[in-house]
Amino acid sequence: MTMKLDRRSFIKSAAATSAIATAASLFPGVSFANWKKLEGATGMISWQKAPCRFCGTGCGVLVGVSGDRAVAVKGDPNCSVNKGLCCVKGYHSVQALYGKDRLTKAKVRKNGEMVEVPIAEALDVIAAKMKETIDKHGKDSVAMYGSGQWTIPDGYVASKLFKGCIGTNNLEANARLCMASAVTGFMTSFGLDEPMGCYEDIEHANVFVTWGNNMAEMHPVLFSRMLAARKRKTNVEVIDFATRTTRTSQAADKTIIFKPQTDLAVANAICYEIIRNNWVNQDFVNKHVSFHKGLTNIGYGVEDHFKFKDKAEGISFEEFETFLKDYTPERVEKISGVSANDIRYLASVYGDPKKKVTSFWCMGMNQHTRGTWINNLVYNIHLLVGKISTPGNSPFSLTGQPSACGTVREVGTLTHKLPHGVVMKEGARKMAAEIWDVPLSNIDPKPTYHTVEMFRALDRGDIKFMWIQVTNPMVTMPKLKRYRDGALKEDRFVVVSDVYPTPTTDVADVILPAAMWVEQEGMFGNSERRTQHFDQIVPPPGEAMSDTWQLIEVARRLGYEKQFPWDEDEYIGKIWEEYRRFHDSPKHNMAPYKVLKARSGVQWPFVNGKETRWRFNSKHDPACTSGEDFHFYGKKDNRAWIWARPYEPAAESPDQEYNFWLNTGRVVEHWHTGSMTRRVPVLHNAVPSAYVEINPDDAADLGVVNGEMVKIISRRGEITMPASINGRGVPPRGMVFVPFFDESYLINEVTLDAFCPISKQPDYKKCAVRLEKA
Amino acid sequence: MPILGYIASPQSGAKQKLLQELNALQYCEAFPADNVDILILVTDTPDKETEEKLQVQLKGIKSLESLSMTFGYNDELHKGERNDNEA
Ligand code: SF4
Repeated sequence: MTMKLDRRSFIKSAAATSAIATAASLFPGVSFANWKKLEGATGMISWQKAPCRFCGTGCGVLVGVSGDRAVAVKGDPNCSVNKGLCCVKGYHSVQALYGKDRLTKAKVRKNGEMVEVPIAEALDVIAAKMKETIDKHGKDSVAMYGSGQWTIPDGYVASKLFKGCIGTNNLEANARLCMASAVTGFMTSFGLDEPMGCYEDIEHANVFVTWGNNMAEMHPVLFSRMLAARKRKTNVEVIDFATRTTRTSQAADKTIIFKPQTDLAVANAICYEIIRNNWVNQDFVNKHVSFHKGLTNIGYGVEDHFKFKDKAEGISFEEFETFLKDYTPERVEKISGVSANDIRYLASVYGDPKKKVTSFWCMGMNQHTRGTWINNLVYNIHLLVGKISTPGNSPFSLTGQPSACGTVREVGTLTHKLPHGVVMKEGARKMAAEIWDVPLSNIDPKPTYHTVEMFRALDRGDIKFMWIQVTNPMVTMPKLKRYRDGALKEDRFVVVSDVYPTPTTDVADVILPAAMWVEQEGMFGNSERRTQHFDQIVPPPGEAMSDTWQLIEVARRLGYEKQFPWDEDEYIGKIWEEYRRFHDSPKHNMAPYKVLKARSGVQWPFVNGKETRWRFNSKHDPACTSGEDFHFYGKKDNRAWIWARPYEPAAESPDQEYNFWLNTGRVVEHWHTGSMTRRVPVLHNAVPSAYVEINPDDAADLGVVNGEMVKIISRRGEITMPASINGRGVPPRGMVFVPFFDESYLINEVTLDAFCPISKQPDYKKCAVRLEKA
Repeated sequence: MPILGYIASPQSGAKQKLLQELNALQYCEAFPADNVDILILVTDTPDKETEEKLQVQLKGIKSLESLSMTFGYNDELHKGERNDNEA
């Protein structure tokens, strides 16, 4: 009887959430904060708060639970991020827990076959294999590859085990593929990571410029907030600066299309115009900015063992001005395809002292072989006119994953990072050794491999053992074939912790069933420095175990009981309080565990019980100590840095043989590789398979109509998939776009593993392909 | 035994009235948007006959301007399916 009631209430909640999602797409900003009816109807549902796990926006949701099953989702009206609203993925998110092929048992490869075993046996196998590999090949032969969907405790214990106990810096996370350029952009311009502003900027800005960012699909709730602000006020404008037209373009007041990679040139031209028109905020620049240049012709990292280190050199304002002379609007029009008038228009928007401007970006600027540079250049614009760190004036790097900021950037699960600082710095190593209770000599001062190089090392055999959690690299690695073949080589050992079978579990020697989202306690950290705690709300299925606990079990088997002493019923709180010690300063203080538990997210720096909304602004940020209106305390010179960074072409551009750009990305219905969202019927049915968007004129030239198969060929591989002509996105002539959510069309067989030499983040937006009618 | 989800638009100024009228009907649950003049309606009827009767009742509601269906589920059609998501 209970089961039957559960089932109907579940379907009813699906009906309601589907209607809400449709309403949200029809009426941006609509909210259903008083959705209590379902509760009353069944009398069985209790609601508990959690952050949504399907993008970096970090919407607060209330998960409705009936018995031990999550049956419904509604927006959390107490969460300032979304104020009760969700997008279509959020409303359907609990259904992703219940796909019929959920992994519930561990599996180990025995005589070539994957065999189900008790999870304790699988953990024994992992620990034994790690030990054997380290004994035979040294500590740097084992590696861990995690995720921006790791909870904060997941990433923290991974760092403690690998960097502190085993003593290898072979720890990376998939946020290298999505946020690394944002990090290096922040570090080079401000000396500290993560945005200075917050989502509240949306309510204050007059102009929004989306830089290569299809926010309508990637950050739909923020986009709705933006459109709601435009509707409420008369003086709000949205400018979509993009390489193809998308749903964002449809809602924007103006769309400006640029040729791939030339955002660098346009940003410089905007600065040129700002200076030429005397729109520079001289007072701000004199007090708070210093000028620099770095190395040029910096390469693309397509070869193994590629190394690059930038060298900063101070320059004067006049030298910066001279550097910009190459970027007149007329010259840049020729490079970028953006008319000189549109460039002047963009400059006038940033230059108008009466307008508050917020720039948003995400993968378009980060997945870029000059990703660090383009991040720097957008900061340049904001810094020149002093439009930064004040409500509505915000250069805002949006993050893709729910905890790319919280886990990867703040905990520091990248090869060169520690929870505070970098491995190269003795002070940071000392702090970690002390908090982790390990000898200082354990922590290696040399970074090893960034993600692409880590998978190259697995292919070469320098790495023999890799443990992958909460991510699906056998769909997402660029130039995929090399890395799949590498993972499958004879003496490689791959462990994969996941919730569903994927192409990555296909290459595994051990599969661990993982607890997903609210089946465990944890925290995420979103785009606006907000840490969001969630309790375990429902039990995980079968033997599924949280990723944190899997790591603890293995660490103990390796002899590190002292470093991992916690009980299963209180480990998350204990881990949080230990981790918090790393950030004990007004620049980064995190909220205590009990505050996190009580609230729908808390922003750091959390100082004397108060959240910091605008960093570097002395009215809002208690870490400002200079006595001035602003204090950019991240850099030693207490200034924000403007960088002279030139336009340099992409690693691979269309030529006679491969005459199209290939751009890849996402759709609103699916989360990343689709391993979860494709198991939600409503989402799957909305976009059941991937496709290639082709400009209608190019399609006519090829003789292809909508739905016909097209072969996409690059120097790396080829793939055949259906054409989408005049669908939700329309690329300009000479470009095709393919979403990567569909494992039956692995577009990364075709992409190139070139990366930004500073951030080491690959460019998924640009490589050269040719098309054939299949 | 269909379960259907709809967006319901009230006649001008009749949102509250429509909410009451829909919730007064058997097999119906409605809740309002806070900031837009629409309601969400979920219906859950035991059989085809009742569903048809309900459709007639819905058509007769004066405060209702339009109904657009966004979700449809029918036990009969989904019999034998093994998706855990619906169990
Ligand atoms: S916008 Fe992102 S965080 Fe918000 S509901 Fe949608 S997927 Fe979840």
